[in-house]
Amino acid sequence: MANMKRSLGIGLWFMFLTLPLMVVRVNTINQEIEWRWSNMIWVGICAFAIAWLWQFSINRRANQRAHVAADAHPEVEKLSFAQRLADDPVLSKRVLLVAAAAAVVFPWLVSTGQNFYHVNVMVSALIFVVLGLGLNITVGLAGLLDLGYIAFFAVGAYTYALLSKNFDLGFWTCLPLGGLMGMLFGIVLGFPILRLRGDYLAIVTLGFASITKIVLENWDTVFGGAAGIANIPRPEFFGMALDGRQKSVYTYYIVLALVALTILVTNRLKNSRIGRAWMALREDEIACVAMGVDMARTKLSAYALGAFWAGLVGVIFAAHNNFINPDSFTFMDSAMILAMVVLGGMGSILGVIIAALALKLLPEYLRAFAEYRMLVFGGVMVLMMIFRPQGLINNMRRKYECDTVEGNHDGEK
Amino acid sequence: MMAKSNGKKLLEVSGLTMDFGGLRAVDSVGLDIFEGEIVALIGPNGAGKTTFFNCVTGIYEPTAGEVLIHPPGGTSKRINGMKPNSITTLGMARTFQNIRLFPAMTVLENVMIGRHCRTSTTILDAILSSRKAAREEKETIDKSYRLLEKVGLANEADEFSRNLSYGAQRRLEIARAMATDPFLLLLDEPAAGMNPQETHDLDELIVRIRKEDKLAILLIEHDMKLVMSISDRIYVMEYGKEIAQGTPREIKENPRVIEAYLGEEAHA
Repeated sequence: MANMKRSLGIGLWFMFLTLPLMVVRVNTINQEIEWRWSNMIWVGICAFAIAWLWQFSINRRANQRAHVAADAHPEVEKLSFAQRLADDPVLSKRVLLVAAAAAVVFPWLVSTGQNFYHVNVMVSALIFVVLGLGLNITVGLAGLLDLGYIAFFAVGAYTYALLSKNFDLGFWTCLPLGGLMGMLFGIVLGFPILRLRGDYLAIVTLGFASITKIVLENWDTVFGGAAGIANIPRPEFFGMALDGRQKSVYTYYIVLALVALTILVTNRLKNSRIGRAWMALREDEIACVAMGVDMARTKLSAYALGAFWAGLVGVIFAAHNNFINPDSFTFMDSAMILAMVVLGGMGSILGVIIAALALKLLPEYLRAFAEYRMLVFGGVMVLMMIFRPQGLINNMRRKYECDTVEGNHDGEK
Repeated sequence: MMAKSNGKKLLEVSGLTMDFGGLRAVDSVGLDIFEGEIVALIGPNGAGKTTFFNCVTGIYEPTAGEVLIHPPGGTSKRINGMKPNSITTLGMARTFQNIRLFPAMTVLENVMIGRHCRTSTTILDAILSSRKAAREEKETIDKSYRLLEKVGLANEADEFSRNLSYGAQRRLEIARAMATDPFLLLLDEPAAGMNPQETHDLDELIVRIRKEDKLAILLIEHDMKLVMSISDRIYVMEYGKEIAQGTPREIKENPRVIEAYLGEEAHA
């Protein structure tokens, strides 16, 4: 009831607030003022409904919390779908197979004839999946806030563009080189900022990205300046000539393979000695060091590996677009990748993939709503952070198998 | 005053001084620990005990003084100014006064971090999932689980460490420190905030650890009952200075210590 009253108040308040905007209109042709009272009613109803829904969800969430706090037994805790998926190897294998099969047949389902728009959209989205997974190592696992991740992507892209332009090197030679260059820059950036953390780290990485962009823009004898570099060759396929659609499909499979590789590698790292050290570093730096983990080495490896994927996928980006210029590597892109990691759930591979696909595909397919799409997009992000601040998928618990000598895994106590 | 002569010296601190700007937090303190000993460091709040700990474990670099360790079966080393992780690798592990676990990791994973410096799986090993990586991983899990059994947390192995009770978190910190295979364990107020039952269990645990794992233990503690019952020797600090050392009995009767703890009036 209190909820109703409050919502009613909010509705009335909004009707009043939007009065000059929605109700009064000066008709300059007939020199008169129009009063559109029906608009006011609509505003009131909508504001009331949204306010009520808002209150309702907030209350429900508070109740849930109280409920969880009330029964302290973790067994009663409702397991999320993701947790069940992780706990059940058979189920997770099946889901993985279906997803992989869907990804493989995707280009044949959506592209007919010369229409390969959807394939191209998917290639861009998958590029960002790899970026998201790469940043997930640095930010999600090791907890090193990096606002300039896009710089490593630029390093990879320019590596390929310059090498193919100046030395006529092919795509497959440049792919690992791009990754290594990204890694190198990751280490170069990593050294001076070993002692920094949190906000300070974020500012330095932001500065690094700006420097990279400014260098690319202004050193035009080498990097082509703001005009960028054009005519970057597409990935070659055993010397065969491919038409437009085939090229896109081919690139799609390359990125898809890279996504699979990234998932495999990050997953293995995450569940290894290295990944645990990263997570410990994220949780508590001092305790981590006091437990014998070499901070410098751990931080540098997190930077280097995160940057490696950006460099690698940068090469594919350059090849896919045929053309690159500094405008493809703005702070907005860094922020977008960071948003993928945060929305997906820090450190969660599945979460980051879902978030990356959603963040890249939604704006693309919401084009029908034209100017409203960014509004909707922003609104969704705000709601997400209010109702699931921990990200889409988080709180995953990994269970370890261990054979005990005494065999009292569930004995005692 | 002299320590038991039946052991080898493990830790030798002399003239340790730590300045923070103009403030001298620790003023030329000396301390020795011998094999198999439980040594307590006590003193009123703000006496510089934790600063002393942090200097010895490498969190701070001491302004002056010598910190030498003599690992059993190893060569002696001067460790002032070494990084904390190197010191831990040499065989000295610690816990924290204000619990510093890794809250979003499971109990078992917390202990597994302790094994980090005793394993050597590289990034490449992990990516290729090599045989060495798999073997080490299994060893790490088994050893860590064994330690959880020792401190009585085996049933909570898969729980997030932040969900543990206060006393359990303290025990988990001890297990994590033990996972680094130390020869000397430094416990910073392990009984702080524990109820009498938990303190009693802790008492037993510490004694058991010393016996079973042949560890020497240095502990900072305010709980006098615990200190007096388990320590072989006690050092007392006040205002950064060492004011007394000796057996529990000697310390109890030392007028300087009584004064430091109770004030002059009470003593008179």
